[in-house]
Amino acid sequence: MRFGVVRFPGSCDELDALSACERVDGAQAVLLWHGDRDLAGVDAVVIPGGFSYGDYLRAGAIARFSPVMESVIEFAAAGGPVLGICNGFQVLCEAGLLAGALLPNVGLRFLCRQVRLEVVSADVPFTSTCAVGDVLSIPVKHTTGRYWAPDDELDALEGAGRVVLRYAHGENPNGSARDIAGVCNAAGNVMGLMPHPEHAVDELTGSTDGLRLFIGMASAVRAGAGV
Amino acid sequence: MSDVATVPTVEQAVALGLTRDEYALVCDKLGREPNEVELAMFSLLWSEHCAYKHSKKLLRTLPTEGERLVMGPGENAGAVDVGGGWAVAFKVESHNHPSAVEPFQGAATGVGGILRDIFAIGARPIAVLDSLRFGEPTSERSRYLLDRAVAGIGHYGNSVGVPTIGGEVYFEAPYEQNCLINAMALGLGRTSDLVRSAAAGVGNPVILFGASTGRDGIGGASVLASAELDDADDAKRPSVQVGDPFAESKLIECSLELLAAGLLVSLQDLGAAGLTSSASEMASAGEVGIDIDVARVPLREGDMEPFEIMVSESQERMLCVCTVDNAAAVLAVCEKWEVGGTVIGQVTDTRRMRIFNGDQLVGDIPVTALVDDCPLYDLAPQPPSTPLYAAPVATLAAGDDPLLGLIGSPNLSSRRPLFEQYDCIVGSRTVRRPQEADAAVLVLEGGASIGVSIDGNGRRVAADPYTGTVEAVLECAANLACVGAQPLGLTNCLNFGNPEKPHIAWQLTESVRGLGDACRALGVPVVGGNVSLYNEGGEGPIYPTPVVGMVGELLDPRRAAGLGFARDGDAVAVARVGEPSLDCSELAKLRGEPLPDGLAAVDVAAVAALHDAVRGAVRSGALVSCHDVAEGGLAVALAESCLAGGVGATVEVSGGEVELYGEAPGRAFVVSGAREDLERALPSATVIGTVGGEALKIGATSWSLADLRHAHRALESLFP
Amino acid sequence: MAAADGTVRARVLVRPKAGILDPQGIAVQRALPALGFDGVDHVHVGRLIELDVEDPDQLPEMCEKLLANPLIEDYEVQLLA
Repeated sequence: MRFGVVRFPGSCDELDALSACERVDGAQAVLLWHGDRDLAGVDAVVIPGGFSYGDYLRAGAIARFSPVMESVIEFAAAGGPVLGICNGFQVLCEAGLLAGALLPNVGLRFLCRQVRLEVVSADVPFTSTCAVGDVLSIPVKHTTGRYWAPDDELDALEGAGRVVLRYAHGENPNGSARDIAGVCNAAGNVMGLMPHPEHAVDELTGSTDGLRLFIGMASAVRAGAGV
Repeated sequence: MSDVATVPTVEQAVALGLTRDEYALVCDKLGREPNEVELAMFSLLWSEHCAYKHSKKLLRTLPTEGERLVMGPGENAGAVDVGGGWAVAFKVESHNHPSAVEPFQGAATGVGGILRDIFAIGARPIAVLDSLRFGEPTSERSRYLLDRAVAGIGHYGNSVGVPTIGGEVYFEAPYEQNCLINAMALGLGRTSDLVRSAAAGVGNPVILFGASTGRDGIGGASVLASAELDDADDAKRPSVQVGDPFAESKLIECSLELLAAGLLVSLQDLGAAGLTSSASEMASAGEVGIDIDVARVPLREGDMEPFEIMVSESQERMLCVCTVDNAAAVLAVCEKWEVGGTVIGQVTDTRRMRIFNGDQLVGDIPVTALVDDCPLYDLAPQPPSTPLYAAPVATLAAGDDPLLGLIGSPNLSSRRPLFEQYDCIVGSRTVRRPQEADAAVLVLEGGASIGVSIDGNGRRVAADPYTGTVEAVLECAANLACVGAQPLGLTNCLNFGNPEKPHIAWQLTESVRGLGDACRALGVPVVGGNVSLYNEGGEGPIYPTPVVGMVGELLDPRRAAGLGFARDGDAVAVARVGEPSLDCSELAKLRGEPLPDGLAAVDVAAVAALHDAVRGAVRSGALVSCHDVAEGGLAVALAESCLAGGVGATVEVSGGEVELYGEAPGRAFVVSGAREDLERALPSATVIGTVGGEALKIGATSWSLADLRHAHRALESLFP
Repeated sequence: MAAADGTVRARVLVRPKAGILDPQGIAVQRALPALGFDGVDHVHVGRLIELDVEDPDQLPEMCEKLLANPLIEDYEVQLLA
C-alpha cells in the first residue's frame, strides 16, 4: 500500500501527512512534487494542509493548476482515492473535484483548536472503519475554512449522503454551512475536510482518531486490489 | 575612488546616528573622510542595535560555557546537545521599535528574522515563542498594537509552517509608548552538520538568494533601535520592512537542501543592516575580505543607489559562500525552490569590504574597522534618586473579590484568544500545547524531548533590577521543572531604556549581574541573545525588562505534568522555599500601590534544590499535575489548576492575604496526585487539601468554577 | 487606448457574490462608525487585479478560470484608457 502526499511550495503539513500514512500497517508513503506529473504508482493520494503558493489570489487557486494536479484529476476520475486536508480541500474545490468552496472564517481570524466531529457517512473508504454517529476528536487550524455551497447543492449533498463529517453541536469553528466539516464526490472516492486527521494519529501529541481515515483508505485499496 | 560629487558632512553623519567622536574615528580608520556608501555602512554597523556599544562589555560577564553547549554566543544562534547526535538551536530577538510603528509587519518580520538566524546555522526551525508587552488595554492604542502584533505573529508563523508553542503577554503602563515584541525560535539539526558563518576560500563566489532587494527598512531596524521614539513616528513608516512568509518557507527548504548536499562553505542571513552586516560579519569571522558588485543584486525597484542596496532590509534573503566548482549546483537548487540566486561577489584576501557598482569602486573599508573596531562604551551607572515610575492605576476597589479581580485582570486572564490564532501543532512534535502545562513540550526526531519556556519581568525588575532578574530566571527554570525538564541553556533579550542615562545604566548593570549570578547558580549557560536599548519616550522609560528563554530536556515526554487538577480525591500540596510577599505583587498592582524600593533576597541554592526535587517528582510519574505559583500567588495558581482540569478543590490556607496572594516567583509549586505517591515523591511539600467538586474552596470562601471561568475569559473582549 | 507596445491596461474587480455572508465587509462596516463615520451601509470587501494584456478578449476566460471563483464571486472587467 503506497500513499502519495503532494507537496506544493508553501505546503506545511506534508511531512505530518507522510508520517501519518506510514503509521498504517504495511503502508509506505512518498512525496509527490508539484512540478511532476508522475504519481509514482501510488494507490492513494493525499493533498495536505498549508499555504500553497502563499494562499495568493485565493487559497488553492494556483495549486490546482500544477502539473501534479493534472495527474491527480485523472487518478480520481479512474476511481483512485484522494483525500484533501484543509488547503487540500480548498485545492479540490477549486479544481472542481468537490462541490462548494471555502470562505473566510466568520470570526475572520486564524483558529487552531481541537474539535469534535460526527461521522455522518461511513459508506466511503475514508470513514469505512467508523460507524455513523462516531465522534472523532481532531484539530482544525485555518483562516479560510467556512464551507459554502448554494442551498440546492447542499440539499443534494445531504440527500445523496455526500456529507461525510459534521462539526459536533456547538463546535463549528468557522461558520461552515450546516456544520459541514467534510464532503465527498458522487463516486465516493474523493473527500475533502478542513480538520487535520494527520494531527490526530499519536496519543503523545493528541488523539488517535484521525488515523482511522488513513487506515480506511488503505483497507479500501487492499479490498479493491484483493490484497 | 567614486564619482560622488560631495563627501557627506559630519552633520550628516550625526543625523545618521554617529557621534562626532565616532565620525572622527571612522575618518581615522579609513585614512580619509567616508563617502556616502561608506558612511551609510558605518552608521548602521556602528549603531547600538548592530554593535552593542553600550552592552557588549556587560554581556561578556555572562557565563557561556557548559558541557551541553555546542554553539555559544557570537554565531547566528546558540545550540545545545540533546543527545543522539542532535542539537537544538535557539535564540530570542526583539523587534520593538519597528512594531511600535507598524505592529503587524513589525511582529511578523520579527518572527521571520529570528527564524533566519536558526536555519542560517543549519537547523530546521521547529518552534516559535513570543513575549509581548503593551500598555494597559484601557488604551485604544495598546489594544490595537496587541491585536495587530498577534495577527502578525500568527500570519508569519502559521504560513511558514513553524508552530508557535508558547509565549507570554503583559500589560503595564510604562510600555504604552514603547511596546516590546520579543520573538524566540528553536531549530533542530545534527550536531555535526551545524554551520558557522565564516567566509573562506579566496576566489570563492558570494551568492545572494531569496527575495529581491527593495527599499524596505532603509535605515530601519538599526537606526530606529538607536533612537528614542517620539511623535514623528509616522515619518519613520517608510522604513518598515514587509515580510513574506511564503518566500521564507521556500528559503528554509532551499537553505537546508544546500547544506544537506554539502554545497556551501558558509551561510549567513540578512537582517538588520542587510547586505552590509551580513557580508561584513562573514568576512570578519573568516578573516578575509569580500568584494560585492551592487549592480548584480536583483532589485525590486528601479534606480536604487549603491548605498541603498547595501543597507536595504528587504526580508527573506540569505548570503552564502561556495567553491567555484559548486556554484552552478547552488544556483540550480535555488532555481528549483524558486528563490532567485545570484553571484554578487567573491571572497578576497584583502581583509577589506570593497563595494563596486559595475566597474566603479564605490566603497572600500577595512573589515576590522567596520565590524571589530566599533567603540564600546562603559556605562556610568547610578541608582535613581527618585522613583522612576508612577504607581499603577488602581483597578480593584475595596469591596471587590481579590481572586476574581486577579484572574480577570489583563495580566492573568486566559490567553486563549491569543494562542488560538497560532498553529501550535504543525510538525507533529507538540506534546504539551499552550495552557496545558507550564512549559511547552516537544518530542524530537531521534527520541529526545525538550521543554521550552519564555519568561520576563518588568515591574519587579523595576523595583529591584538584580533580584527581579534573578527571579525571572528562576521563574523560567520553574516552568521547565513542572514538565520534568532540566535546563540546558538560556537565551535572553534585554529590553531597557536609554543607557546613556545613569539610572538606566544602573538598571542594566544590576540586571546583567542578576542574570549572570542566577545562571551560574543553576549551571545554565547563556547561548546567545539580544539587547534592545533606548526604549523610552516622552513619558519615560519602560520597566527594565529582561526576557529569558530556556530549553530543557525531559527523560520521558509522557510524564510531562499538566497544570490542571484531574482526579477527584487527589491530594493538593504546596512545595516552596522562602516566604511569599505582597510587595510588588499583582494584587498590589491592582490596588494601585507604588513600586517598593527593593525586593527580598532570594536563596538561589535553596530554590535550585527545590526545582530538582519537583523535577524528580514529576519524572517519577507520581504527580498528576504540577503548576508553578507565579503572578497572583497561591490562590490564583489553585484557580488556574481547577480551571485547566475542569474540577474544583477544597483546601485550607492560613495566613491571610499574604499566603493567598503573596508572590515568590520561581520558588513555589502547586501539585496534585494520589496522597501516598505525592508524599513519597515530594516529601517537602505540604498537603493543603483535596481535588473535587464544582468549586474552589479555600477555608470558608468558595468560588464556583462557573464564576472563575467567567472571570478568566476577560481577554476575549479584546478580540471581538 | 492601447499602449505603444500594443498592450491594454485592464482592471478586474472581484466581489463576493450577493447573498453569501461577507464577514470582512461586516467588520469594515462596524469599524467605520467607531472612527466617526456614520451613514455607511452595504460594505463589501473584494479584490483588485490589474494587468497589461495584449488580447483583452481573453479577460473573461481568465476571470472564469483563475482570477475569480465564479461559484462564490462576481467579477467586473474594466479597460483603462
